[in-house]
Formats: sequence, structure tokens, C-alpha cells
Amino acid sequence: MKKDNFKIAGQLLKSRLIVGTGKYKNFKETALAIKASGADMVTVAVRRVNILDKKKPILTDYLNPKKIKYLPNTAGCYDAEESLRTLRLAREMGGWKMVKLEVLGDKKTLYPNMIETLKATKILVKEGFKVLAYCSDDPILTKKLEDLGASAIMPLASPIGSGQGIVNKINLSIIIKNSKVPVIVDAGIGTPSDATIAMEMGCQAVLVNSAIALSHKPILMAEAFKYAVISGRKAFLAGRMQKKLYAKASTPSKGLI
Amino acid sequence: MSVLDILNMAKIQLNGKQFVLNKKHSLISLLKKFKINEKKVAVELNGKIVNKNKFSSTVIKNKDKLEVVHFIGGG
Repeated sequence: MKKDNFKIAGQLLKSRLIVGTGKYKNFKETALAIKASGADMVTVAVRRVNILDKKKPILTDYLNPKKIKYLPNTAGCYDAEESLRTLRLAREMGGWKMVKLEVLGDKKTLYPNMIETLKATKILVKEGFKVLAYCSDDPILTKKLEDLGASAIMPLASPIGSGQGIVNKINLSIIIKNSKVPVIVDAGIGTPSDATIAMEMGCQAVLVNSAIALSHKPILMAEAFKYAVISGRKAFLAGRMQKKLYAKASTPSKGLI
Repeated sequence: MSVLDILNMAKIQLNGKQFVLNKKHSLISLLKKFKINEKKVAVELNGKIVNKNKFSSTVIKNKDKLEVVHFIGGG
């Protein structure tokens, strides 16, 4: 069988599980959970350095950006301009061109503002960024993102941090069928089985943060997600059996005594 | 030119906080003063990103507004 490589914008990734680095108890737990997840790309956010507390530990001390790929995000940005500013700073920090664009609509739903997302995607692509765009599960808008040059489409399964799983499988199926770039389910995954379902449907990868970080044992849950994603991918490649209305015995009746 | 300029002093805003510098600083010496590892940050000076190779040649002036950012955990 041909090797099942996973590439985004030409970049080869070993794992189809991308993990967020927020909401953990501390950086040690973050690092251990990421190791257990097998992920080789993690999302990170850009924020002000704490000027007054110089002893405060920093993320890069625990997660070496030379060993694990950082995917800078624009969490907390509510328009194209803010997100552009954030990602230009991220690129300046160490040459990161692959970024997760996430322009939010409002604080209550954290639903993507697609008008601003499309606007920002256009500019970022022109500036040479490889844009992975968090987006609504609207097949027309995701196509538009792809036309503008996004490197991956990241529709939400359900609202960020809600843990509700995939609420609109029909839309997600249409998006997967119509996209030429990788479709990565981002946001709303609550359990490993949600991730498996997304992968069985044909998603190229999933992005998980809260479901791991907010579980009772994040390191163990990270490992559970690792196998869930592998399992879903293999099932997709294998192709599921057809559903039937009536029973069909698994044991042959020939030779029955 | 203000008295501060003549005395080589500067009142600046760094990450939203006011500071008074009592001597002339380059961007790199300012980062060192605050014990910030220049390799792990990006800097915006008065709304414009400062290229890393300009850190030592950039002189901090009175009323400058600086934003120094780094990566933190996020989803």
C-alpha cells in the first residue's frame, strides 16, 4: 500500500492529530500531554511578554520549537487587521509562515467571522503565509477560502471549547467532498470517538485542545486521542461496510447440524 | 527638544506600562535591562515591526510605544 503521508502546504506531518497548548495546569503537563498525543504540530498564541515577572516560566522552555512545529494562531482577534498584526509578529519571531487564522465573531459563541476571515486570508496569502483557516461549516464559504489560496480548511465541529462533537455531519461531508486542500476539524471535539468519526468521514486531521486539557487526566486522554485519530484514518482508508436494514448472519449455515 | 531629550532620558510605554529610562538605550539594551531573551520575542515600535537585525541599531526615543510579544499556550 502507498504510504499514507499527510502534507499541509508541502509540509510533511507525522501525526494527523494537531494539539492546542492552552488550558493545561502548567507547562510540564502541556509538554507531557503533547508527547503522549504523538502530535508534531501544536497551536500557540501570541501575547505580551510579562515585563514585571521575569521569573515566570515560558512555553518555549518546555516545548522546543526546533523539535515540534509551532502553528501560531490569532485567538482573541475579532477583525482582519488585528489578526494580520498578530501573525506578522509571529512570523518575525522565528520565520513561521504556516499559521492558523482564527477571526472571531463574538465572545459568547466564538463563532468565526467569515467576512473578516476571507479578507485576512486574501492578504496573508499575498504576503506568503500558508493559511490554515478556522471557519464555519458552510460549504460555499470554505470553497471561497480555498479559492483565495488557503492551505487548509478548518471547519468547526461545534463551538470552541464546547465539547459537543460534530453537530453538522452533512455539511462536513460536503466540505470534505468538495475540498482539494486538507480539511481539518477544529473546535468542539469532546471525546476521542468524536475525532474518530471525523477521521472516518475523511477529514485529513483534527485539532484538539480542551478535550485533552480539561479531562481529568490530560496525559492519558492525549494518548487516547492519538489512537482515536489513527483508528479513524485507517477505517477511512479501509472503507466501511454497507449499512443494511435486515440482519445478515456472519456464520455460514452450510453444514449446520 | 524637551529636557528629557537633552538629558538623554526617555518616558516610554512598554507593553502598556509607563517607564522612565534615565540613559540612552538601544532596543537590544532595553530588552536586556528587562531580562528579555531577544531571540524569543518580536517587537513592535510605534506600530511597526522591528526587524531582528535592527535591534541593536534602533535607538529608543522619548514617547516611544513598544510592544514585546512571545508565544504562550493557546488552542
